[in-house]
Amino acid sequence: MSTSPALALPFDETRRRGGFWNAILSSDRPRSKVLSAILLAILLLLAATPFLFSGSQPLSTAAKICVFVVLVASYDLLLGYSGIVSFAHTMFFGIGGYGIAIALERLGPTWGSAAVGLAAALGLSAVLAVAIGLLSLRVRAIFFSMITLAVASAAAVLASQLSDVTGGEDGLSFQLPPALRPAFRLLSEPLFGTPVNGRLIAYYLVFSVSLVVFLVLLRIVNSPFGRVLQAIRENEFRAEALGYRVVAYRTAASVISALAATVAGALMALWLRYNGPDTTLSFSIMIDILLMVVIGGMGTMYGAVVGAALFVLAQSYLQVLMAAGSAALAGLPILPNLIHPDRWLLWLGALFVISVYAFPGGIVGRLRQAGQ
Amino acid sequence: MVSSTTATPALETRGLTVRFGGHVAVNDVSCRFTPGTLTAIVGPNGAGKTTYFNLISGQLRATSGQVVVAGEDITRLSASARTRRGLGRAFQLTNLFPQLTALENVRLAVQSRADAGWSMLRVWNARRDLIDKAESVLERVRLADKRHVAPKALSHGDQRKLEVALLIAMEPKVFMFDEPTAGMSVDEVPTVLELIHDIKERRDATVLLVEHKMDVVRSLSDRIIVLHNGTLVADGEPAAVIASPVVQEAYLGMEAARG
Repeated sequence: MSTSPALALPFDETRRRGGFWNAILSSDRPRSKVLSAILLAILLLLAATPFLFSGSQPLSTAAKICVFVVLVASYDLLLGYSGIVSFAHTMFFGIGGYGIAIALERLGPTWGSAAVGLAAALGLSAVLAVAIGLLSLRVRAIFFSMITLAVASAAAVLASQLSDVTGGEDGLSFQLPPALRPAFRLLSEPLFGTPVNGRLIAYYLVFSVSLVVFLVLLRIVNSPFGRVLQAIRENEFRAEALGYRVVAYRTAASVISALAATVAGALMALWLRYNGPDTTLSFSIMIDILLMVVIGGMGTMYGAVVGAALFVLAQSYLQVLMAAGSAALAGLPILPNLIHPDRWLLWLGALFVISVYAFPGGIVGRLRQAGQ
Repeated sequence: MVSSTTATPALETRGLTVRFGGHVAVNDVSCRFTPGTLTAIVGPNGAGKTTYFNLISGQLRATSGQVVVAGEDITRLSASARTRRGLGRAFQLTNLFPQLTALENVRLAVQSRADAGWSMLRVWNARRDLIDKAESVLERVRLADKRHVAPKALSHGDQRKLEVALLIAMEPKVFMFDEPTAGMSVDEVPTVLELIHDIKERRDATVLLVEHKMDVVRSLSDRIIVLHNGTLVADGEPAAVIASPVVQEAYLGMEAARG
C-alpha cells in the first residue's frame, strides 16, 4: 500500500482569510466546485434523511454512513497524513462498541452508564495506542504494520473468548436510555409527517457527533501539528533533524486516530443497540476502511466523506439495483444472469478495481485535478 | 588568532571515535569551536568529514568520546534533541520535504524553532508570524519567487539554497554546512557564500564548514582543521595549515596529483 498522498497539498493558502467556511473547515476548503456540491449534497441528505425517506433501512444506511465517515477520516489521519499503515483500527472501533454495550448491559440503560462505558473505552484505546506507538513506531514501517495486525487479531480472539463479558460470537444486545428508544415521543405530533421519537433523536445524536468529530479531525490535520505529521510522512529523517520528536508525534497521531475510532464504535453500538465481532471488530471492516480511504482519496479528509457515502450506499443498495436491472432485462440471453443480485460482490469488486485504476488519487484527487 | 583556547566553546568534541567493524572512521578527534569563528574542515574523500558531522548532529552514535554543546554533554541525545539545543545542520545530499512547497519546507523549520508543533486546535495559517519569517528567509536565499514550488520541481542549485534556508530558519547557535556549494552552477555559488559570510559576521554564530573547494575555504575560514583517515592531522590558521607539509601531502598533494 502506497502511503503517498492523493495530491500535493495546498500551501498557497498562506493568507488567512476570514469567513464562516474558512473557520469551520480550518482553511482547508474542497477546492473544486463539483466536490463542494457533492459534499454539500451528502451533508444535506444526511441531515434530512428522516424527513425525506420512510422506513428504517434508509435511516440505518444514513447512520452507518455518518459512523463510517468518522472511522475512515480517523484512519486517513494515520494513513494519508502520517504515512502510518496500521491494521488495528477496527480494534479501537470495537473497543468503543464494547464499551457502550458492556456498560449499558451491566450498569443499566442510563446516560450515566453510556458515559462510563465511553470514558472507559477511550481510556483503554488511548493506553493501547500509546503502547503500540511507543513499542513499535521506532521499527520499520512493515514491522509496525505486522505488529498492529497481530495485536488486532489478539483483540478479536480475546473478544470472542471472553464470552461472559463480551457475549462471544453472539455479541451483546442491550437497552438504550429511554430518550433513545422508539417508544419515546419528544413531540406528540409528527413533524413533516415524521414521528419525533427516540429513534429520530438517536439518529441526530449519531449525525451531530459524527459531524463534530469530523470537523475536529479536519482542524487537527490543518494545525501546526498536522503539518508536522505531513513533514514526517515526507521525510522522517529531516523532520527529526529539524528538531521534531518523530516517535512522539507519530504516537500522538495514533492516539488521536484511535480515540476518534472509539467514538465511532460507540455511535455504531448506540445506533444498532447491539455490538458484536461482525459489526465493529472483524477484519473485513478493516478492508472496507482501506477501500473507502483509497477510493475517496488519501490525505484529503473529504475523501473519507465521499468514500464512506459511496461504499455504504453500494453495500446497501447495489443488490436492489441489480435485482431491478436483472428483472428489466429478463428474456435476453446471459445479461440477466450477469447482473443477478447474487453477483453483487463481483460487481462491487469490479467497481473498486476500476475506480482505483481510473482515479489513483481517489475521487477527491480526481475532482481537484479537474477543477484546476 | 586561533580561537580554540577561548573559555567556553559553543561546541566541543572530546576523543570522538566511531568504528564500523574493524574500520575506524573517526579516530579520537578532540576539537573546540567558538562563537564568531568559521572553521573549515578539509581532507580527502573518505577522510571522515561527513561522519564527524553525523556524530556531532546525532545521525550517528559515537563508539566513544563526547560531544559537548555549551558545556552540556549531548552524546546520548537524539538528533532532534540536539537540534533543540542549538545544533543546526545542512546536509550534503539535499534532504528536503520533496512534495511540500519551498515555503512550507522553511515554515516547518521556523515552526520547530518557535516550538509550535504541538498546537493542534489552531489552523496553521493563524500563525502569520511563522509564515512571515519563513518568507523573509526565502527572500534572503533569493527563492522568494519560487515559494510555491515543491523541491522536486526545483533545480539542483535552488534545492541547495533551500537546504541553506532551512538551516538559517532554525536560527541555531552552531551552523554546520556540509559542502553547501556542491553541484551548484558557478553563478549560484556567490549567493550561498555571501549567506555563510553574513552568518559568520554575526559574532555569536559558530560555523563549521566542510568544503572541497580551496578558494572557498581560503576566502571564508578563520581556521582550518584537516582530517585524514579519521584522524585530526592539522589545526590552525588557514595560511599556516595550507602551507604545512602534512596537509600538502595528505590533502592538497592528492588534489594536485589528481589534477
